[in-house]
Order: sequence, then C-alpha cells, then structure tokens
Amino acid sequence: MDSVFSSVARAPEDPILGVTAAYNNDPSPVKVNLGVGAYRTEEGKPLVLDVVRRAEQQLVNDPSRVKEYIPIVGIADFNKLSAKLILGADSPAIQENRVATIQCLSGTGSLRVGAEFLKKHYNQSVIYIPKPTWGNHPKVFNLAGLSVEYYRYYDPATRGLDFQGLLDDLRAAPSGAIVLLHACAHNPTGVDPTPEQWEQIRQLIRSRSLLPFFDSAYQGFASGSLDTDAQSVRTFVADGGECLIAQSYAKNMGLYGERVGALSIVCKSADVASKVESQVKLVVRPMYSSPPIHGASIVATILKSSDMYNDWTVELKGMADRIISMRHQLFETIKAKGTPGDWSHIIKQIGMFTFTGLNQEQVAFMTKDYHIYMTSDGRISMAGLSSKTVPHLADAIHAAVTRLG
Amino acid sequence: MASSMLSLGSTALLPREINKDKLKLGNSGSNPFLKAKSIGRVTMTVSVKPSRFEGITMAPPDPILGVSEAFKADTDDMKLNLGVGAYRTEELQPYVLNVVKKAENLMLERGDNKEYLPIEGLAAFNKATAELLFGAGHPVIKEQKVATIQGLSGTGSLRLAAALIERYFPGAKVVISSPTWGNHKNIFNDAKVPWSEYRYYDPKTIGLDFEGMIADIKEAPEGSFILLHGCAHNPTGIDPTPEQWVKIADVIQEKNHIPFFDVAYQGFASGSLDEDAASVRLFAERGMEFFVAQSYSKNLGLYAERIGAINVVCSSADAATRVKSQLKRIARPMYSNPPVHGARIVANVVGDATMFSEWKAEMEMMAGRIKTVRQKLYDSLVSKDKSGKDWSFILKQIGMFSFTGLNKAQSDNMTNKWHVYMTKDGRISLAGLSLAKCEYLADAIIDSYHNALLYWETPIEL
Repeated sequence: MDSVFSSVARAPEDPILGVTAAYNNDPSPVKVNLGVGAYRTEEGKPLVLDVVRRAEQQLVNDPSRVKEYIPIVGIADFNKLSAKLILGADSPAIQENRVATIQCLSGTGSLRVGAEFLKKHYNQSVIYIPKPTWGNHPKVFNLAGLSVEYYRYYDPATRGLDFQGLLDDLRAAPSGAIVLLHACAHNPTGVDPTPEQWEQIRQLIRSRSLLPFFDSAYQGFASGSLDTDAQSVRTFVADGGECLIAQSYAKNMGLYGERVGALSIVCKSADVASKVESQVKLVVRPMYSSPPIHGASIVATILKSSDMYNDWTVELKGMADRIISMRHQLFETIKAKGTPGDWSHIIKQIGMFTFTGLNQEQVAFMTKDYHIYMTSDGRISMAGLSSKTVPHLADAIHAAVTRLG
Repeated sequence: MASSMLSLGSTALLPREINKDKLKLGNSGSNPFLKAKSIGRVTMTVSVKPSRFEGITMAPPDPILGVSEAFKADTDDMKLNLGVGAYRTEELQPYVLNVVKKAENLMLERGDNKEYLPIEGLAAFNKATAELLFGAGHPVIKEQKVATIQGLSGTGSLRLAAALIERYFPGAKVVISSPTWGNHKNIFNDAKVPWSEYRYYDPKTIGLDFEGMIADIKEAPEGSFILLHGCAHNPTGIDPTPEQWVKIADVIQEKNHIPFFDVAYQGFASGSLDEDAASVRLFAERGMEFFVAQSYSKNLGLYAERIGAINVVCSSADAATRVKSQLKRIARPMYSNPPVHGARIVANVVGDATMFSEWKAEMEMMAGRIKTVRQKLYDSLVSKDKSGKDWSFILKQIGMFSFTGLNKAQSDNMTNKWHVYMTKDGRISLAGLSLAKCEYLADAIIDSYHNALLYWETPIEL
C-alpha cells in the first residue's frame, strides 16, 4: 500500500538537543556534556532546588488542591507575581494595570504566543534578532509568521559586543520593527551590553519606535541577583514605553521540564492591556487551550512566601556562584597551560554559556578525541562543568587550538 | 513645555474618545501622558505616542470556557454549571482520582528530577498511550508503525497534527462533523488548514444523520482528512453504532480519505477502555493510515496538567520514524518540549498493575455516575412533561454531554431564568449534574423547551 506519508522526509535531530542524544550514546568514562543549558551540580547531577521540593510537597499534601482547567491565561497569582519579579514590585506599569501577563510554556511558549499575537495585531511583521542567537529563535518567529532579520551582535575579533554594528543595524531597521533583546546572559555568547550601552540602545529603540521583545531566561541566574539581571528590562519599562517580555523559570528555578514561563505585554494604558490580554487568549486557545498547572503552582507558592522566596534567592545565588567559579577555574587552568590566545572572555562573559571562539573543526575534534559534547558554534555550558572536569576540558581546548589553530 | 505636552496629549486622546461604544476598562480616566511626567527619565517622544495596540478590540469570551466565568459571577443559590466538560462528584465537587494522588506521592518520594523531556515527550508515556489505544499486542505497535508524540492534551495534539497536515498535505481539507467541539475550527483556522463540514446531528430525531454523514464524506475531495470522534461525540453525545462505524470505514477507504480521530473520552464513555477504543481499532484492523489525537484530561482527571498525545498510524516503521521526526520539528518552535508532570503520572499509573486496576475502577465509577444521572434526568423529564415529547434521546446518547435539542433562545432561557449554565448550542455536561439536581434541571428544560420563545421576543445575547 502506498503511504500517504511518502513525501515526509526524515528531519535532522535538533542541533542543541541532538548533542545530549549523542552524549548519551557515548560509552567513554571521561565524556562531558557541555551541550544543553541545564544546571549541573559539582557532582555533575541535575538539581531540584530544595525550595522547589518543599513547595511541591506542600502542593501534593494539600487536600483541597484540584486539577481543574486553569484559565486560558494561566494562574492569576502566578501572573501577578511573575510581572512583579521581572518589573519590580514598585513598577508604575504594574501599579497602573498596564501589564498583561499570560502564563505560557516556559520561554519558548512565551516567545511563540507573543509572536503570534504580534503577527495578528501589530502593523509590523519583521523581527530583528541578534547574530548569533539561540538556535530556536528564528524558527519560533518564522512559524509565527514573522520575518526574521539580523542585527550585528557578537564580534569574533574581540569575543565581545559589536556595539557599533548593533547600533547601525537597529538604526537602519524600519520604524516600528520588533527587536529581540536578551535581557541578560546572552545565549549563546554570554556577552551582555554594559548599563551605559543599554541606555544607548534604549534611546535608539525609542527614537525609531522599534518594539522591544525581551527574552528573559536567566533572571538571577546570571549575576546571582534578581534585580541586577532585570535592569535592562526595567529601564525600558521605566520610560513609559511599550514592550513584550518572555520570562522563563526553567533555569532560575530549575523547573525545566515543567515548562513554566510568562509573557508580559507592557502597554500604554490599562484599557489597551485588557484588550491585548483578551486577544492573546484567542492565540492560546487553539494552540493548547490552557497552560499546565504544576510548575506555575510551584512558582506561585515560592514567590508568595517570603521565607521560601528568600530561600530561593540563596539557592539561586549558589548556582550562579558555582558557574562563575567554573569560569575562573577554566580560565586559570587554560592560562596555566599556556594555551595560545586571549581567553579572558571566559571570565568576561556571563551566564550559563561561554562562546569559546572555537570553530566547527575544533569542536568536532574535541568531541571525537576528548568526548567533549558541545554545540558546533563553539558554545559550552559552564553549568555542565565541575572542578573534576575542568582540567579535561582545558586539555581538550589546548589540543584543539594547538593542533587545529 | 508643559502646555505643548498637554496639547499634544489631548490630540492623541481624541480617537479614543470617539469610540464611545467601546467598554471603558481600567483607569482610562487618567491621562497616561500626564502621568509620564512623574516617571524618572522619560523622553518627550515616548510620552506623546499612542499605544501601538490602540486599534485592538476586546475579544469575545470563549463560548465554552466563558460559561464557567459567567457561572462564577452568578450569585443565585440554584445556579448549576453544566458548561465545561469537567467531571464533578455527586456533591458537585471536582475530583482528583485516588490513583493520581498515589502516583504523585510516589513521584515525590522517589525524588524525580525536573530535566527537560525530549521534544517527543516521555518515552514511557508514549509507549503506554499507544498501547492503551490499540492494545499492547496489536500489530501496528509490534511492527512499530505508530508515531506517538506527547502533546498538550487533546488541543495541543490536534494542533500538532494540523500543523503537519498544513505542511505535508498542502490544500488538503479536514472535514469535521456538524456540530463539533467549538475549538476544532479555531485549531484548524490558526493552523491554516481549510475545513468543511459533514452532516452529523439531525435535530428532527436528536440523533445521527447517518445518510447525510456518509454522503458528505463521499463527496469530499479524495484524500481529505475526516475528523471523527472516537467515542462520546462532543457536543451531541451521539455515537455511530458498530455497524455504522463499519460503513464509515468503508466509505473512507473508498475515497482514500485519511481518518483523524479525536479521542478525549477513552474509558470515560462506557466505563471500558477497550470498548471505547473499538472505533479506532476497527480502522487499525483495516491497515489504514490515520491520526489519533488523545487526551487524559477526563479519563484520568488530569485536566490542568495538559497531557495527551498525537498518534500517527503509518504503513511502515520507516514512515512512522519520519513522521515522528517532523512532528518534533513542529513542537520545538511551539514550546520546545512538553511538561513532565502529567506524563509521569500517566506512566506511573499505566505502568503499575495495581494502579492500573485502580484506575479502571475509578473510571468505571465516573462513567457509572454519569449514566445514573442520565437515567434520573430522563425519568424526571418523562414524569414531569405532560406534552408527550419523546425524551429517550437522552438515554441513547453517551458520555459527558447531552445535546438537549434546545436552541439558542431556549438555552438563554435556561441561563437567564433558571441559572443553568450551558453552551448556546444546547449542550449540557452531565458530569456537572447531581442526582439531587435532576428534577430542577428537568423543570428548567421543560420550561425552556416549551415556553422560551414566548418569554423573549428576540434571543438575548448573554
């Protein structure tokens, strides 16, 4: 019988998630997974935060809890608390009811729902994204019907920000175009603008009437401080202008698989915010009807309780600090080996990832000969490193650079 | 400076003031432009620009989910929520299955981690789901011909399939029953898949228009997708008989159509998982290629966990592998990977013989309660209605819902006069009905059926 699916080709494995698949298949005892951005302890194990376990225990033990459909926009408490978390509790935008917040499926879901909303209701359907950016970004926006353009971001010569290129490209964007901004801990480069640079970006964006769409996946996880990591978003919102924010709790609360996030749309007025929310519901309903309850309930439980919130900030800082310490260890080890090149970007970059500057060939070599698993763009997840594995990675880098430099 | 800012401000306000018919919500009395003055570092250019979303109108409430919202706002003592299809106990309370609580406690004790699932979801869940649908020993499973990926309950699974259809079967139509679940059309619209309808509900008999259904399926362009409710048709509760299913399969095969099952009530309709899967298994027997969107919202009471799956039965294991890879490509830019909690609950329940038995017993209990309530409603209607109207359609229908045959005006009367909340198509959720309320409901239905058009000159918009 002829299959109706004969024209369906086999899709290649997702490049990022495919790295873990390849890692899992490797029998080598020295293998290291620096692929997907999930936090690992010093022992190389996944981590469920203590405070998350406590919140979960509380929820499971509560006899009054039910599994009824939550509203299309998600849990009300969760939404309010998430907006407060990213914008600051004293944000005028919140006080003036100008923020429409919708619980979504982590960062990806928030980006997709926001993009679909913009495609339907905004008069510009082009989005400018940094080059490079998270591999899934262009796909999310394309499938939502937006066209994707790039603005310069990473400068391979300095392994830092191509600030002038960024400004030039945004200045050349059509008025009203959407601009994707990584709120902090840029993925994959780890290169963030300074506060002064952020201010210039803000002025440019506002003067060109560009619409900012923040991707905030690492609040608290980058510097260890929730407020510091939200500064870029807050300065934009403080000027009274509009923006979209995709928020994820995957990393900072370790809730990866629970798919918890929020889309906030900061509007000029409460009236507009209310209408915007009603229209976002029409995007969500035919996609998955309403979001999943479990992860958002955990978040709301933690954010609501000052004890749990404080405990969370401590555990969060612990994760951020361990990553920063891995950066320093790797840098010191590479320096001690005398590996050619300037490796200071390892400690200048921030967040879960380091853009090593290694090329595809070098990466393939490191995988084959040293069983180091990482994405082919040279990105390594610092969260996957430990004091035990840093030396092995340094060896691999040294070999790759000296043999294939 | 201030005066020019104010004058610019009032100019920008003008278009809003003209739209007096729009609902005024929030603090629209305040002038956001004046407020801007008090914020730290505001630039003049920002404060005078209107919202980019100024032209957006307030969307209407969802016709199904909006019913619960309206119910909540009603303060009347006698109010009854027969809107959304969520199971209620006799005390009209939501119900979390004991076996689900057990599973959750187990998961906590084990200290399961919260790592990302693969894009296709939890493997144990996918395996359990396919086996539940087709039977563990079924050839399509043994020969690995089923591509299963975890989806966000029924809606999410339908959406993944719709996206696959749009991509790989360009121009192909989905033919859906008239009527069908309200969200089906939204899903295909947003996925940009064209659809048309096949006759299904016959208002004259309050039963199945079988000839119309067959004729319309026959008439659809060859290779159309035919959306079928596996059991417990939503909203009517009217299912084809086994003999009718055979004829449906015949005509679909004849026209090389592709069946697309929506299975939201397996085990919940008759109380038996196997019986409720009969239609799907009939098609699998025929060696047909087809889609099955499946949900655990009702049968495991996992509504808010958003747990379901899309299954694609293919003619070969190779085709299944390819289809699965493409479904992943659709899921990744939508939400990356699905939520773990509900999937683990299902895998634990189905994977443990004791819990699986307990689940079956609880499911029989839920389906049993609904059948009991159906019977009582029918008995109440028959004893109270002296007009001689035949109410037996209520007993012939199956599942959570009953299509009462009430039209919009009559449904409005149910709500406005009797505080009975239901959808405007005349659908009531028996899962939200208690034995104690059957007589009240019978009164409401009888009154609405016979008198509603007398009370209201024109139907009231709720």
